[in-house]
Parts: sequence; C-alpha cells; structure tokens
Amino acid sequence: MLVNPVKRAYLALESWFNVSFGTEWNPLYHLGTLSFFLFWVILVSGIYLFIPFHGSLAGAYESVEYMTHEQWYMAGVMRSLHRYASDAVVITVLLHMFKELASGRYRGFRWFSWVTGVPSLWMIITLGITGYWLVWDELAQYVAVGSARLMDALPIFSGAMTRNFVAGEMTDRFFILIEFLHLLGQPLLLFFMLWIHVKRMSNVEINPPFGLAMGTFIALLGLSFVKPAVSHAPADLSVMPQVLNIDWFYLNVYPLLEIWPEKQVWILTTGVTFLLMILPWLPPKKDGLKAVVDLDHCNGCGLCFDDCPFDAISVQARTDGAKFDNEVVVHPSLCAACGICAGSCPSSNPFRSAREELKTGIDMPQLTANDMRTKTAEAVAAMDGEVNIVVFGCEHGLNVHRFDSDDTRGVRLICSGMMPPTLVEYALKQGADGVMVTGCRHNDCYYRFGNRWTRLRFEGSRKPILRGRADRRRIRVHGGAETDKKKIEKDLNAFRAQLAEIKQAETSVTEQRAE
Amino acid sequence: MEKMHAHQNRVLRYLLQAINYTVFMALIWYFATSPSVRILADDEAVITMAFAHAGDLREPCRKLSYEELAKLPPNMRKPEECPRERSPVAIEMVLDGETIYSRSLNPPGLYQDGGVDVYYSKKIPAGKHYFEIKMNDSVRVDGFNHTHEQEINVEPAQILLVDFDSEKGFIIQ
Repeated sequence: MLVNPVKRAYLALESWFNVSFGTEWNPLYHLGTLSFFLFWVILVSGIYLFIPFHGSLAGAYESVEYMTHEQWYMAGVMRSLHRYASDAVVITVLLHMFKELASGRYRGFRWFSWVTGVPSLWMIITLGITGYWLVWDELAQYVAVGSARLMDALPIFSGAMTRNFVAGEMTDRFFILIEFLHLLGQPLLLFFMLWIHVKRMSNVEINPPFGLAMGTFIALLGLSFVKPAVSHAPADLSVMPQVLNIDWFYLNVYPLLEIWPEKQVWILTTGVTFLLMILPWLPPKKDGLKAVVDLDHCNGCGLCFDDCPFDAISVQARTDGAKFDNEVVVHPSLCAACGICAGSCPSSNPFRSAREELKTGIDMPQLTANDMRTKTAEAVAAMDGEVNIVVFGCEHGLNVHRFDSDDTRGVRLICSGMMPPTLVEYALKQGADGVMVTGCRHNDCYYRFGNRWTRLRFEGSRKPILRGRADRRRIRVHGGAETDKKKIEKDLNAFRAQLAEIKQAETSVTEQRAE
Repeated sequence: MEKMHAHQNRVLRYLLQAINYTVFMALIWYFATSPSVRILADDEAVITMAFAHAGDLREPCRKLSYEELAKLPPNMRKPEECPRERSPVAIEMVLDGETIYSRSLNPPGLYQDGGVDVYYSKKIPAGKHYFEIKMNDSVRVDGFNHTHEQEINVEPAQILLVDFDSEKGFIIQ
C-alpha cells in the first residue's frame, strides 16, 4: 500500500518517540498541549521579568543587564526560560502543523482549525519580535528598523515609521507602545485566537501529561543554566550593528531585507500565508455522509453527545412527544462523519432485533449499525481455519483486509470508535475464536478519541461498556498506522497461538467431561 | 526476573528521553543565536536620509474680489483662497560624483496636500567622500531650490544622518 513519503517520515518519527516516551508521553501526541504548557512558562517568567524591568529607553537595557548578570540565579534564569520556551513554542507549533499536514488532518471538516491555526503562528512570531525590542540592544535596534521598514512599505505608513529610528528621534512613548503590545495586546489577541482555534472540538485538553511537562521544563531549565540568554551591546541609533546573533525562530525574515526590497519580502510572507490558508481546498475534500438521528430508537441518554470529538451533537428537550425528557440533534456542518456516536449508542447492540434490520438511535448512512452486524456475521462465516479471528479496523489505520485469509477476516469501519462493544461479543457468539481491534496508533486517532473511547469501553470505564460476560482472553486491542503491518501481524500470530492454547484446553476439558 | 526486566526497560526509556530532550535543546541552543548575520562589513558605514517635509503650494493664494466675497455665505467669507495641492518633492543625492538617490515624491492625501516622509539608507565605504544633496519642493521653481554639498568623513559602522529643516536647510550629522 502506498503511503506518501511525508507521512512515512512523520510515522517514523512518531515510532521513534513511541519507543522513547511510550504512547502516553509521546510529544507528537501532545504538541498542542505542550505548546500551551510552554505558554504558561513564558507567561510566568514574563510576569517575573516585568517586575525589575525598566520600561524606558534609557533604563530598559540596564535593567535587563542587571537581571542577566547581577541576579543571574533568578531573573537571569527566568529570562533564559522566557526566551528558550518561546523558541520551543515555534518548534512545537511547526511540528503540530507538519503532523496535521502529513496525516491529512487539515482538510474537509478540519478546515476551520487549520485556517485559524495559521494566523496564530504569525501572532506568536510577532509576539516574539516585539519581545526582542524590549531589550533595547543592537539586536532590538536591528529588529526595530527592519520592522519599521516593512511597515513603511505598506501604503498606510509610507515612510513615517522608520524615521522614529534615527538618532534623536526615538521617544519613550513609542517604546512604551511596543511594551504595551508585547505585555498585553498581543498575548490577549493570541489567547483569543487559540480559543477560536479549538472552538470546534469537545473535551479540549490544554495540559500535557505531567511527565512530559516536567521533562520539557527540566530540559529548558538545564539549557538556561548552561547557556544563559544574553544581550548584545546597547542600542545606538548613530551606529549600525555589524554582526548579530539573531534568533532564527523569530527573526528569520529580517536578513532577507538585506538582499530584497521590503515589498518583495511582503509578497513572500503573505504569499506563503495565503498558500497555507487555502491548502485545505487544494483540492477540496468531501466528507462522508453525516450522522443521522432516529428518534424512534433514541432515548436521549446523551452518550453520543459525551463522545462526539467535534461538538457536533447537542441535547435538547424532546420534540416528538415520546416519554423521554431529551433527544439529541446532529449539527451537520460540524459533523466529521466518524461514526463514534453510533458506537456509543446503546441501541446499536447487534443482539437487538436479530431477525430484522437493526435500527439504532444515531447512525451513519454509509455504514449503518445493521451493516456492521452483517459484515461481522459474513466475516465469521467466511473463515474455516483452526483458530479464526475477526480483525476490526478503521479507514485511517492499517487496512485490515490485508490480513484476509482462511482463518482471518477483516471488518473495516470508518473509525474503531464506531464499534459498539457488543459487536465484539456478537462476533464471538457467531463462532469467531478471537477478536482483534486495531484502528489508528494508540493516542493518535484520526478522529481524536475513537481508539481511546474503545479502550475505555473495553476496560469498563466508559459507557457503553464491554459486558463482564465477554471472555477477555479472546479480545485483543492493537492500534497501528498504515506502516505497522509487520508489528500487528506479529501480535496477531501471538494472539492466535494464545487462542489455540485456550481452544486446546477447552477441548480437553470437554473430552474429560464426556469420558 | 520480570520486575528487573521492567526496571531495565524504564531506565532505558528515560535514557532515550534524555537523548531526545538533549537534541531538542541543542536545536534551540543553536538556532536561538546562530548562524550569525553580518549586517555591515568592517570597512562600511551607512548614509541615512530621514526627514519630513511639505512641498510648496502648487499655486499661490489669491485675494478674492468684493463680488466673489459677496456671493459667499457670511460665515465663509475669507479674504484669500488658497489651493490645497502641494508640489512634489524631488531629491537627488550624489556621492563622489555618482548619483546614489534620485526620486520625486508625490504629496500624500486625497487632495495631495500632505507632507512627504523621506527615508533612504545606503551602505557606503567608510572614509572621506564628497557629498551633494539637491531638492526641489516647488513646481513654480525651475531646478533645485535647496542644495548642499560638503566633504564628509565617516567612521566604520557610523550612520551619517541627512536631515532637513525648512529654516536651516540640510543638516549633515
């Protein structure tokens, strides 16, 4: 099966991190929350730095020097943490973008998160740029003049801004404006933008696992002690800096100004931004058919509302006069067509209405609960091996039909989360010796929570639960990406061997009883 | 035995994490300050022209006749009518006989009645030069009506500022 090279590269990196951090702490599964954690580090260190900082042209540099050299053990470390956490954010955000791009999670119903994410990156960059101004050293001077040149290239300023940065023209008022922007205006705007960015998601997490957060913090702290952030020489508007050690995470555009006219730099940056913004429609992706509610089979329990990863379901008062208080409503424009809601609906139980078509409270038109039951029954009936296993998979993980053989049959769902736990029991009842559930890699579901909800349902900690009577020895969960066939195959063989032993033991018991 | 194996695995995992964090921090370490950028060669300086200046009115103010004043409402009777449009500002900078800047800047605004903001910066070799600057700020005058020339001596990395004051003329500092 062809996997594009970018995705293959990403999956290889993900595998390496799974080996190093485990699936729970894998930073690639927590890039968003890790970025939020870094923001907290930046915020707390920034508040600390604001106390001794002197917000004037004459005093800014001296106060930063005092923090760096006189109080190096506290304010100096805070300054370094502030800078390095800011640099780390750029890496985590770029990796976040790369991940979504590589795994195709930026198109279709995800266009909103992508389009609101791109300007957030620019806000982070501009926030960092104004931060560099406040030190008021040679680098700040370079950044200030470069920024003013860029602004002046726009028709609204037309040359008025750069004149602030000639000797004798710079005023405290302008400096304080930048301070205000960096300390209040830009962070508030960024947090507002991030709030919009996650608006179409439910159960949004903003804290990474404790171990990952601590590891990152300790690493940043270590770097702050080993290589403390320092300033250049103080700014002097009558002298041009000759050599600068620039922060490439934030200031990478400025060296371009040495070789290109300002307008060309604008064309490049706005062009790249525009291209990124329209990426979800190059070409457009059509989502699957949206979930449909059947009130005749819905009691308004709200489990689908709890499980929907994209906030596409709401609960409202009953409208059909039935005896229940509530009903659920699907908002098609928000629905990702993942089918997780169908898996959470207690009415999706395949043991219901065994002789007629299975109807459930919320269903996917392209793969109904009845279709899942039929496919499972057909898969079991098609096997005639010694130990027969049904493998359930999803559209975004490994294609389970690659295992199809005399003793193995795949049933491909939209998402592993759309499988009601009772379907596992149904497969065993139909005659399968074992059931394996794959799906995306653990903690990295294409639809956010599909494999997580499945695992929790099987463990009995999330409704609808896998009932106690289901023989756990015959059920195995092993998530995996498209490139993980060998790993899953290995586990499938081990599972088959285990099932063979169980079968043999059961046969001997039956024979002994018969004797 | 199994416990020992799990312990070894955990130690190995922490070791791998330490390697990953080190690589992450090394990336930050390097790109936070490197590679450095050379803005100016050791023997270079910068000449920067920066000032704001409003060009002369395109047409002079005109005294209104009694008849014209009588036609106006009483609260709008001003003795003089001044057209708002200003002249473009043409500037030419010459260094050692070579023209390094020559532009005509149109006044901004819907009625072209604003002052122009002039900013231009150029790297030049440090040392002695002969510098000339000329400006025309009136369409009613032929040629340049403001000129200045002098020998300059710029230190390496110095920003030589060219300013203009309506009363004092060009100021080189």
